[in-house]
Amino acid sequence: MSPRLFRAPSDTPGQRPERPLRITVDGEPVDGVAGQSIAGVLLAAGRTSWRTARSGAPRGVFCGIGVCFDCVLTVNDVPDVRACRRRAADGDAVTTQTRAAEDEDAVTTQTGAAGDGDEPAVRARTAPESRGDRA
Amino acid sequence: MTAASREDARRHVVVVGAGPAGLAAAAAALAAGARVTLVDAAERPGGQYHRTLAEEFGGPHDGGSPFARLRRRVLGHPRCTWRAETSVWALERPDPEQPGPPLVHTLTGPADGNGRRRRVLTPDALVLAPGAHDRVLPFPGWDLPGVYAAGAAQALVKGERLVIGDAVLLAGTGPFLLPVAASLLAAGAGLREVLEANPAATVARGWARRPWELTAQPGKAAELARYATLLARHRVPYRTGRTVIEARGEGRVEEAVTARLRPDWSVVPGTERTVAVDALCVGHGFSPQLELPLAAGCTLLRTPAGPAGEFVAVDGDQLTSVPGVYAAGEITGIAGAPAARTEGALAGWLAAGGEPAAPALRRVRRNRDRGRAFAARLAAAHPVGAAWPGWLRSETVICRCEETDYGALCRAAADEAGAAPRVTKLATRAGLGPCQARICGPIVAELTTRLRGAPPGGPAEGLPSAAPHRRPLAQPIRLGELARTPDAPDTGTTDPSDPTDPSHPSEPTDSKESTA
Ligand SMILES: Cc1cc2nc3c(=O)[nH]c(=O)nc-3n(C[C@H](O)[C@H](O)[C@H](O)COP(=O)(O)OP(=O)(O)OC[C@H]3O[C@@H](n4cnc5c(N)ncnc54)[C@H](O)[C@@H]3O)c2cc1C
Ligand code: FES
Repeated sequence: MSPRLFRAPSDTPGQRPERPLRITVDGEPVDGVAGQSIAGVLLAAGRTSWRTARSGAPRGVFCGIGVCFDCVLTVNDVPDVRACRRRAADGDAVTTQTRAAEDEDAVTTQTGAAGDGDEPAVRARTAPESRGDRA
Repeated sequence: MTAASREDARRHVVVVGAGPAGLAAAAAALAAGARVTLVDAAERPGGQYHRTLAEEFGGPHDGGSPFARLRRRVLGHPRCTWRAETSVWALERPDPEQPGPPLVHTLTGPADGNGRRRRVLTPDALVLAPGAHDRVLPFPGWDLPGVYAAGAAQALVKGERLVIGDAVLLAGTGPFLLPVAASLLAAGAGLREVLEANPAATVARGWARRPWELTAQPGKAAELARYATLLARHRVPYRTGRTVIEARGEGRVEEAVTARLRPDWSVVPGTERTVAVDALCVGHGFSPQLELPLAAGCTLLRTPAGPAGEFVAVDGDQLTSVPGVYAAGEITGIAGAPAARTEGALAGWLAAGGEPAAPALRRVRRNRDRGRAFAARLAAAHPVGAAWPGWLRSETVICRCEETDYGALCRAAADEAGAAPRVTKLATRAGLGPCQARICGPIVAELTTRLRGAPPGGPAEGLPSAAPHRRPLAQPIRLGELARTPDAPDTGTTDPSDPTDPSHPSEPTDSKESTA
């Protein structure tokens, strides 16, 4: 069995009906309900992994709260978005990411700014992720 | 004096984190007369403990609970500015000669978006309450999909109405495994068993020590009893002295190997059992989120609680080593939500310049002290056994981001040149990936220290003990956002043109309109 949505007894009947939404993941439509995170949509659709690590190993959600960066994917052309923290919006075009064929020329999209004084002011992030094109 | 200038003369308290600690801090600071800006990266207040469903799911079902009342009181307060979906990405100490709270750099908008609104807050006092995250010790196969931190399972149930599987195994150590088990069962998930790595004797000794302290956490004993009843009713075994030593599967977890542990967590050979699972949740306590306190320059305190036993050092007033910077909640020690609340209340009141001798504070301080005693009790009842690296293999991934394995750490440690953690980091790439060592940092530091023959627990020689948590930015920011000039310094006065209506916390309208 896979992850699945459940109903709780505290879900009062007669409340606003769930609003469906649809996103695409590598071009394929995936249905969810408004209020879910992108990770929630993917998990509820039965997908436990969507990213590939350097070795080619599959990755999905691990910490669930934005700490581990295992769940990152590209949302509407913006890479490295934490799926567990980003709320899904109807029409989001999601593409999965891979580091398996790490591209040295990949665009660095995140920078570090000094937080504690003894680090350089702006530091290119060491491991940009190139976007995968798995369909 | 006009009303406006009177407002300006009030102290501006910035509270980072709207969990139990941060919300209580905001409430107390408001009660003491300050203007408050409450900031949280999440869309709704509550933190990890009071995680609520999005409104689209029907919203939080807790209208009458004490938490809901507190939330309404704080967010609806005329002197409170609530900033949802707002990450603090840097703290800037403007002048090292001028001790005082740093400037607070924030980004408001959808998580990791590229058009978020930048603001700089200038607090008179800062309360840091960023909480903690699960600590998970590595084991072979822990990087397979379907293996989750215990808190992830909890967050998905509470925040997404999602259960992670129907043959779930929950393992690790600490009382937190129990509420996770309860949530999964209540949500109808199939739970195989709950494994507490420590032997029953250690757990019982920790809990039974100084029994009078338990009465200070009145709900706790009853809560434990409730969990025990629930597990029994669902016929879910709670086993002590046993843990998961390996996860196996093709592309996702399919099997867990469990084994008996001795009190030091060495594996008893021949006791291995293979269990079919569709999800595995593991938690070995919590690690405090130390990047903000470190960015502010706060001194850390080492506790004897095994790996990641570092917390923000605070005095009896929750004041850190940096003037004007207070800390509350799990970043000062892992003691649960009630303790986080009392620390927050004290920190908020004093940060706002409230009377330190106020009679009501006596009770708060007493509860806070009991909370600290409770934290010590938890640490004693659920320690991390020193022999845990025994279940690692040469090819076991330690740094999930860079896939640095245990063998690489062993080789780097054997190499004389690789003696300092910083060098290990460069030689192995451990800790250099996107999570910036949040998950593996303290573990790599502990393993490296041990591999070099030093006793675990002591800080690595020649390095500040905080090294594993030191990272240049607290949260990612994108180049485009960095290039944009932030809004004028936000001193916390209410801006009538600000579309963020504090009475509608889950609709941070300003974030949406600034997204391209
Ligand atoms: C995933 C998870 C689930 C948990 N579930 C439970 C549970 O069900 N029951 C239980 O008893 N205990 C639970 N805990 C333990 C929990 O940590 C404490 O009991 C309690 O929530 C601690 O309160 P706090 O206020 O210190 O921190 P938290 O509740 O963690 O609140 C911290 C807040 O700070 C915010 N924050 C952090 N960094 C930043 C930043 N840079 N910028 C902006 N905002 C920031 C976070 O978004 C968060 O809302 C859980 C812990 C975790 C990690
Ligand atoms: S699952 Fe860890 S960051 Fe999303």
